Amino acid sequence: MSNIYRVFAREVRGYVSSPSSYIFLLLFLVIGSSLMLFLNRFFAFGAAQLDGFFVYVPWLFMFFIPAIGMRLWAEEKKTGTIELLMTLPVRDIEIVLGKYIGALALVLVALLLTFPLPWMVSSLADPKTPFDWGPIYCAYLASFLLGALILAVSAWVSSMTENQIIAFILACSLTFALYLIGFPAIVSMLPEWLGNLTSKLSPYQHFSSLYQGVIEAVDVVYFVGAIGLFLYLNTRTIESRRWA
Amino acid sequence: MIKVEKLVKNYGTHRALRGVSFEVGQGEIVGFLGPNGAGKTTTMKILTCYLPADSGTAMVAGYDVAQSPVEIRRRIGYLSEGAPLYVEMGTIDFLRFVGGMRGLKGEKLNKQIKTVVERCGLEKAAGKLIGELSKGYRQRVGLAQALIHEPDILILDEPTTGLDPNQIQEIRSLIKEIGKEKTVILSTHILTEVTATCDRAIIINEGKVVAQGTPQELMERGSGKMNVIASVRGNHDLISESLRGIDGVSSVEIVSPAEDGVARYRLTSKEHLPLAERVFHVIADNGWALSELRQETVTLEDVFAELTK
Repeated sequence: MSNIYRVFAREVRGYVSSPSSYIFLLLFLVIGSSLMLFLNRFFAFGAAQLDGFFVYVPWLFMFFIPAIGMRLWAEEKKTGTIELLMTLPVRDIEIVLGKYIGALALVLVALLLTFPLPWMVSSLADPKTPFDWGPIYCAYLASFLLGALILAVSAWVSSMTENQIIAFILACSLTFALYLIGFPAIVSMLPEWLGNLTSKLSPYQHFSSLYQGVIEAVDVVYFVGAIGLFLYLNTRTIESRRWA
Repeated sequence: MIKVEKLVKNYGTHRALRGVSFEVGQGEIVGFLGPNGAGKTTTMKILTCYLPADSGTAMVAGYDVAQSPVEIRRRIGYLSEGAPLYVEMGTIDFLRFVGGMRGLKGEKLNKQIKTVVERCGLEKAAGKLIGELSKGYRQRVGLAQALIHEPDILILDEPTTGLDPNQIQEIRSLIKEIGKEKTVILSTHILTEVTATCDRAIIINEGKVVAQGTPQELMERGSGKMNVIASVRGNHDLISESLRGIDGVSSVEIVSPAEDGVARYRLTSKEHLPLAERVFHVIADNGWALSELRQETVTLEDVFAELTK
């Protein structure tokens, strides 16, 4: 446990001292709020609601999360520090978890920094109909779980290459593929049984039902299970040293 | 301390190790010597439990690398090739991280950091980021992290590559100092390194151990011929003729031609015979002026070239 914490703390300190994490946060905020305010014509609607922002979260994450995850392992392999790390007397899973949770902290910070958006919207709401925070919290939970899943995918992909660009492109593609199999348009083209199966495997459906304000155990279990699966794959890839 | 038997490792179709066997005793400083790509680094990576071997066994401090990697890693300090470090970290932060991961904490950790900083001469680097340090200092930080938990065994992959001559001297004396108490394995393709620091050398070529022994023993292996160099003033046809006539001389060649009438000759002996005295007498009897007479020493370079041909 303390080893996981040490790896985590090292990663977090890396983010704090690196300018690229600030640029990342800034871009995420600017692009995220622009999408909501302009693309979704927030001002034109005249309604104090936030659907606009969360609709774009999967698409925002599809690019932003792989950008965080791509360096997790690829960079260590490129510079050779992975050898230092993996010859320490700790288990591989501890290092995998420490690095993952460190990057997850950055995702969490990015999400929390968007909090002025709902706050601003709530202050615009008609005082006679109090603003309902419940769906907002739900949407944040959904976004966090989706981000955590894409991060696990990106971390795994990053463990297979020493090229960050390749890791980024593969992680974006894999995320997009996972979305696709849950799209109603795609699902309706498949035989019914297959469509049912793929839409249950896709994070898109689970995200949609969560962010619409319904917290169901099955959706949460899906995310936790999928994250576990990709972290397991990540550990196996690291253990195999096939890239060494 | 370390016992390796018939290690085999393939990278795809490339056969990196083809049955490497050797032993290293406690407190020895052993040099792995070999051209680039000989299998030195691969052997070290197997000993540090970073890579698994395809077949063969390696025992380190009584543990099998395939069975108890964590136990072995606890007892090993490892500096991998090029000393890869986290350049964005401060020197002390980095040592604290490695020390922590190696189970040191609190007062003990602070004490160990202080010890390795002193020992590796890192006082000036203490307040800096690793990325700001020179190559020599980085190498020392790499050594410091390998020493922080006082391991019994130190494995150093090319510890002096890329350093300037002064830094090389410093690192070497540091390794010698450490080697007084600990078992050290270092790899190099610089032969003088082995003569300067190691008790014993293991020469590896194309994935096999081709020779091992003390630098002295290895040099003797290559010194079947005891050559003598002599510089003499006079008619060199006449001199060559007389030198060739000495009992035990198999050939005479002129190494550097006459300069002010002095030429340098190399005499190759037939057997393991010291020729110098006989050469002196022949030259003195003829009344020629002798300005240089020495036994040519066989260098490790010669042995190495011979063995890795």
